[in-house]
Amino acid sequence: MKDKDLGEIRAIIARHKLWDLIFMIVGIFALMIAVLTFMALFAHMLIDGLPRLSWDFFTSFPSRRPGSAGILSAWVGTTLVMLVTAAAAVPMGIGAGVYLEEYASKNIITEIIEINVTNLAGVPSIIYGLLALSLFVHQFGFGQSILSAGLALALLILPVVIVATREAIRAIPVVIREGAYALGATKWQTVSDHLLPYSAAGILTGVIIGLARAIGETAPIITIGALTFIAFLPPSPVKAEFPFISFEWLMAPFTVMPIQMFNWVSRPEEAFQINAAAAGLVLVVMTLAMNAIAIYLRYRMRKNLKW
Amino acid sequence: MTQPKRLGYSYRRHLGERFIEALLFLMAFVSVAITIAIVAMLVKESIVFFEHVPLWEFLTDTEWTPLFDNAHYGILPLISGTVVSSAVALLVAIPLGTITAIYLSEFAPFTVREMAKPFLELLGGVPTVVYGYFALLFVTPLLQKIFPELPGFSLLSAGLVMGIMIIPYVSSMAEDAMRAVPMHLREGSYAMGATRFQTAIRVVMPGAFSGIAAAYILGISRAVGETMVVAIAAGMQPNLTWNPMEPAATITAYIVQVSLGDLPHGSIGYQTIFAAGLTLLLLTLIFNIIGHVLRKRYREVY
Repeated sequence: MKDKDLGEIRAIIARHKLWDLIFMIVGIFALMIAVLTFMALFAHMLIDGLPRLSWDFFTSFPSRRPGSAGILSAWVGTTLVMLVTAAAAVPMGIGAGVYLEEYASKNIITEIIEINVTNLAGVPSIIYGLLALSLFVHQFGFGQSILSAGLALALLILPVVIVATREAIRAIPVVIREGAYALGATKWQTVSDHLLPYSAAGILTGVIIGLARAIGETAPIITIGALTFIAFLPPSPVKAEFPFISFEWLMAPFTVMPIQMFNWVSRPEEAFQINAAAAGLVLVVMTLAMNAIAIYLRYRMRKNLKW
Repeated sequence: MTQPKRLGYSYRRHLGERFIEALLFLMAFVSVAITIAIVAMLVKESIVFFEHVPLWEFLTDTEWTPLFDNAHYGILPLISGTVVSSAVALLVAIPLGTITAIYLSEFAPFTVREMAKPFLELLGGVPTVVYGYFALLFVTPLLQKIFPELPGFSLLSAGLVMGIMIIPYVSSMAEDAMRAVPMHLREGSYAMGATRFQTAIRVVMPGAFSGIAAAYILGISRAVGETMVVAIAAGMQPNLTWNPMEPAATITAYIVQVSLGDLPHGSIGYQTIFAAGLTLLLLTLIFNIIGHVLRKRYREVY
């Protein structure tokens, strides 16, 4: 205190407080960049694409004439691919999550599986496309079908479902398990009657986030060689004659929303780019809605859950 | 005295339990099987490729024209495209992501943070093909007003959009790491008269170093593996350049370009995408290992 008088100290404090303020403004600015970019993106698509959105757009096939082209085959394809993805990824992801959380003993195999799940989440999506091309399309002979695409996306979102399941189950206090065991329940009875129902909301959140990601994935589906010009629908899953259900659609060629959009974006004519904007708008609203539902579910869960 | 039957050891019940456990184990093992399948498949197809093309040529040739009559198989142009676009993306994502994370973790009032976190998470869910559209039709024309010589496809605009796209990933992971730094360290710093900014830079960031490094590594591996933005906005012509103002193909964009065409299964062109895929996987693997080492070495245990 001898060397510096009070004034000097005050100046130092003022300088650092100024830095504090400057950084705070920079921080708000940085946060706004991500947000504003998205706003610009959404506004740009809205201005270009909204006039194109009509009932006909959803019920027409793609066409060489941009004015009459639509996304019928794309949204039907997306729906069917998502059915396959969910049917494969949900049971498998939940099963794996339950095993790792409740059954696995601490040994080297468990550790390998755990490291592996973390690493899989970091593998670029296009690599899954290459795997599907080599394994499903050629090795298993599924061809460039809905089944191949659905399975490729299922592998892609598997880590998301596994992690969500584990987190949801881990949050259940151990007294619930002890109570069940004390009444003589087996491990599986404890899991199926208590742990899975209590963690259902958390698992559902993960499944929705995973599927929202799968809907927007383009690269793996391009890689398996999905055609981009599909002016027909896959065979209907419901039949008039016995046994009423048909799985022919699994093997049908298809297109999906992001592929349709990519196809339109890469054309030079401006009219097609307007179609791309409209398709993109549908895609963004769909994925944002799904993510918003998931985030809301999680928020509700955190609020209501008190063990 | 005989034991009542229903209290006895049920063999069927025991067997059922074992069966379920085995089934669940198989499901968990699928993830390992996927990894094995990925590596086996890429290596298998690449071996055929490298019988055709010497590894030396693959690594040193400066041209990548596998589909031309006079075919060259040098991966360097694809690597340069990948490196340049990722570098541009990281120049955007790392500073902005870090600043956002510091702001949210140390400065933002509770309500701002509670609003901003879900919103950033939502941004992470936007399909990449939509960002590609945005880069090509919004950012490129905008940049052309500043740099009139910028071509219609460029690594710069693809990289910029990719960078903004990965901000949420970097910031949310870095923020989680900073929030894990215990409060008493901050309180100690404040008690010494430090401002929030000083505390953030000198106490919180060093304390969260391993988590922040992991966030950067995640950002890098996302940028390297990102496909649609570069395929749409950076063009698909392999071009050995380090200039972001030029169009060039990345590894991922090349795979897309080949997949869009109709190459017969088993041809050399078909095998090139697996060699390119293997290169991509090795690149991301290197970054993942670096991340792992950083996390292990600099982990602070509280």
